[in-house]
Amino acid sequence: MSVAPAASPPLAVAMRGIVKRFPGVVANDGVDFELGVGEIHALLGENGAGKSTLMNVLDGLYRPDAGEILVRGQRVEFRSPRDAIAAGLGMVHQHFALVPTQTVTENVLIGLDRPRFRIDIRRYDDKVAELAARHGLTVDPRARIWQLSVGEQQRVEILKMLYRGARILILDEPTAVLAPQEAQDLFRTLRSMVADGASVVFISHKLGEVAQIADRVTVMRRGTVTAAGVAMAGTTSAGLARLMVGRDIVEAIERTESVPGPVVLAMRDVEAESDRGLPALRGVSLEVRSGEILGVAGVAGNGQSELAQVLTGLRHCSRGSVTVNGVEVGNRSPRDAINEHVAHVPEDRTGVGTAPNLSVADNLIMKTYREAPVSRRWSIDTGAVRRFANRLRDTYSIAAPTVDTEARLLSGGNLQRLILAREIASSPRLMVAVQPTRGLDVGAIVTVHRLLLDQRQAGSATILISEDLDEILALADRVAVLYEGRLVGLFSAAEADIAEIGLRMTGGMVSSTDEPGNATMVTP
Amino acid sequence: MTTSAPARQPEHGRFRMARTIHLERRLEVPRWLPVATTIGAVVVALLMSGVILWFAGGDPVAIFIHILRSSFGSLGVLSDTLVTATPLILTGLACALAFRMRLWNIGAEGQFLMGAWGASAVLLIPIVPAGTPSIITIPLMMAAGMLAGALYGAIPGILKAYRNVNEIIVTLMLNYIAAAWIAYWVFGPWSEAGFQLTAQFPKSDWLPRLSDFASSVPAFAGLTVHLGLIFGLVAALLVRFLLFRSRRGYEIRLIGDSPRAARYAGINVARNTVIVFAMSGALAGLAGMSEVGGVVHRLQQVISPGYGFTAIIVAYIAKLHPYGVIIAAIAFGALILAGREIQPSGIPAMIQGIILFCLIASEVVLRYRVRIERRAA
Repeated sequence: MSVAPAASPPLAVAMRGIVKRFPGVVANDGVDFELGVGEIHALLGENGAGKSTLMNVLDGLYRPDAGEILVRGQRVEFRSPRDAIAAGLGMVHQHFALVPTQTVTENVLIGLDRPRFRIDIRRYDDKVAELAARHGLTVDPRARIWQLSVGEQQRVEILKMLYRGARILILDEPTAVLAPQEAQDLFRTLRSMVADGASVVFISHKLGEVAQIADRVTVMRRGTVTAAGVAMAGTTSAGLARLMVGRDIVEAIERTESVPGPVVLAMRDVEAESDRGLPALRGVSLEVRSGEILGVAGVAGNGQSELAQVLTGLRHCSRGSVTVNGVEVGNRSPRDAINEHVAHVPEDRTGVGTAPNLSVADNLIMKTYREAPVSRRWSIDTGAVRRFANRLRDTYSIAAPTVDTEARLLSGGNLQRLILAREIASSPRLMVAVQPTRGLDVGAIVTVHRLLLDQRQAGSATILISEDLDEILALADRVAVLYEGRLVGLFSAAEADIAEIGLRMTGGMVSSTDEPGNATMVTP
Repeated sequence: MTTSAPARQPEHGRFRMARTIHLERRLEVPRWLPVATTIGAVVVALLMSGVILWFAGGDPVAIFIHILRSSFGSLGVLSDTLVTATPLILTGLACALAFRMRLWNIGAEGQFLMGAWGASAVLLIPIVPAGTPSIITIPLMMAAGMLAGALYGAIPGILKAYRNVNEIIVTLMLNYIAAAWIAYWVFGPWSEAGFQLTAQFPKSDWLPRLSDFASSVPAFAGLTVHLGLIFGLVAALLVRFLLFRSRRGYEIRLIGDSPRAARYAGINVARNTVIVFAMSGALAGLAGMSEVGGVVHRLQQVISPGYGFTAIIVAYIAKLHPYGVIIAAIAFGALILAGREIQPSGIPAMIQGIILFCLIASEVVLRYRVRIERRAA
């Protein structure tokens, strides 16, 4: 379990007794962490366990309140990430720091002394391209950042660090923003880097990918280390999960047989365009009944976001009809969808699902503020808001000191509980849940799954759009596959075959099943 | 620990007492902190101004006392301060309301002028026959001033909402158009005997002043505070109620924080843009009405020393809170008044500027924790 401290190979990083306090919280409470040379070391833990804080301390972004840091045996005191990168240590954060209107090369060179004047930037394009090629980071050095996908932008961030000579790379939840395929590309890059003698800290809370990529793992819980530098070979997923959350996870959620009622949602031949004006949905027809969950599987960017937006009135469709309980909601406003009791757990929790600087209470009334008891005519009854918010906070165990706390201070899991609480309180007939557990820790995932199943039991129709096939298979009664805006398969969950779904998700069957309209004919 | 970093030794020998300052992002802002930093910033600004005054050969203490005395020193000057603060309260509220929704209304000045024009039109076109009792004309002037301001404010609102035109540029340009519009009327149709001003309004249509009641309360003699101050105070109450106790206000705050979340909540952002711009314009228009009805008593080319622009600063310093606007407006009213007292009159302007800079700088303390560490040798 523990690594012998007197191990002879030099350590890339050693952190000893790190303490970091924030007002009211001890984010790191005497944490030890060791990173060997040439290894990928996963730092595993739930949201809020102190992983990012620890790495921000290492990167010089935070100053530790106590403890010492050694890089390659030398004691260091970084005052800023600039000091850290000078010592060959670079961090890629979850939120990128790129200038959207500048090119990849310009972003890589940003903040460096040379070239002092960017006259012959072309010469640097080749240098960047060569560096990118060496590490398998495919990206066009002349492309502007806004033209790049999130995965490509992440590669630029990594390139930035490599260009500055980083030999120790810290990645903060790098796969949270990536499609599965992009994650595999990233893993390949990381492996080639460590083979080259670099060292990588890989912050994550996903057991699966940690098992896939890491050599050793350090598990954190509530600011302390519960397993230090364990070789991956000697671990089991269940064991790691227990160390992470401090309890056994209910692996399979209990679910009863589905009792589908009348058709709630009916889409006929719906076509819609993406933000860029390209066809995003091409003739989608499907039905969802009360009391059933339809899982929509697919690789990101195949029309999932647009599908959810069309259903919730946030996007117009260019053709076709969308009805909820027989009432047309397609091409009408989000308000009309809300009036038909269409609930929406959006993909973007902080940008769409909540207003970060408003209070928890204000966020909880987003869908109900037009109705009694929260409001009467044009005035809002603050007492009623408080009672309503407190009730939801207690029922759904939203961990917030008070309902006046700003939403941005909540962790991802609590934010998602807030959104679900609000959406369920609007007594939905149709629930549209998009990536409802992305980025959440194990405990929160279980909560979200249970809430969705409770809703199904309560008789609402649910569309679950997710990239996580395991999640879909665990929850859905039927599985639809979306590829390039078309439904390319519809299975009942009982007879769903992962290999088959995976093949269709990646377009393997498109040529043979060109007709998506018959999808609704498959019955569970 | 002591042997691991020999390279640091000389450095530490030289800077045994070296201290470093670190900024760390704050997760949570305590309730008292914004108030404390605002007061702190003003104190620092006054100290800095004092140093400058001292270098310029003045006696800072005497000058500050003089400023205080000339704006708060007696009932008379206090009254004058409040008169100057009145249009700042109303225009400050106009800006605070719009800024809450992140609508950058830089056009309070123009809406103020249009409000003044609309109020004047009631008497000068005239819309009501001469001799109409003031119980009718004054409410009518208020309505006309607010309507004119609201319509003028709605222009950038509509352009922003339905054509996505940048409201900063539109409102800024409309200020010039409003000034030219006033100039046309005071030079042309409403010119009094060829002068660049209109005839004085009938005394009965002036907004009542405290001095009007001097016959029954002798202490009110000479006090120029007029009914407009009450407009301002009531408006602050109403705006507070609107923002924090009404559905519309909830929508405004939600849009202001996250337009995408607002759309998700089924809120019509475009319509709210027009409504808030119109309400903002109405408040600024009421300020214009209050100024012509309570102070100038006629329309003329210069009726505002830039109230609509100072209002932006007032709203900002008030942290967009309606009650804060009242306090900030009185403080700026005092400084404007002191400018008339002190020679050179640039000194209060300088102090204003330094206060503003200090307030902006103090935002750092709100967002970050400042830690000063002594590095142990």
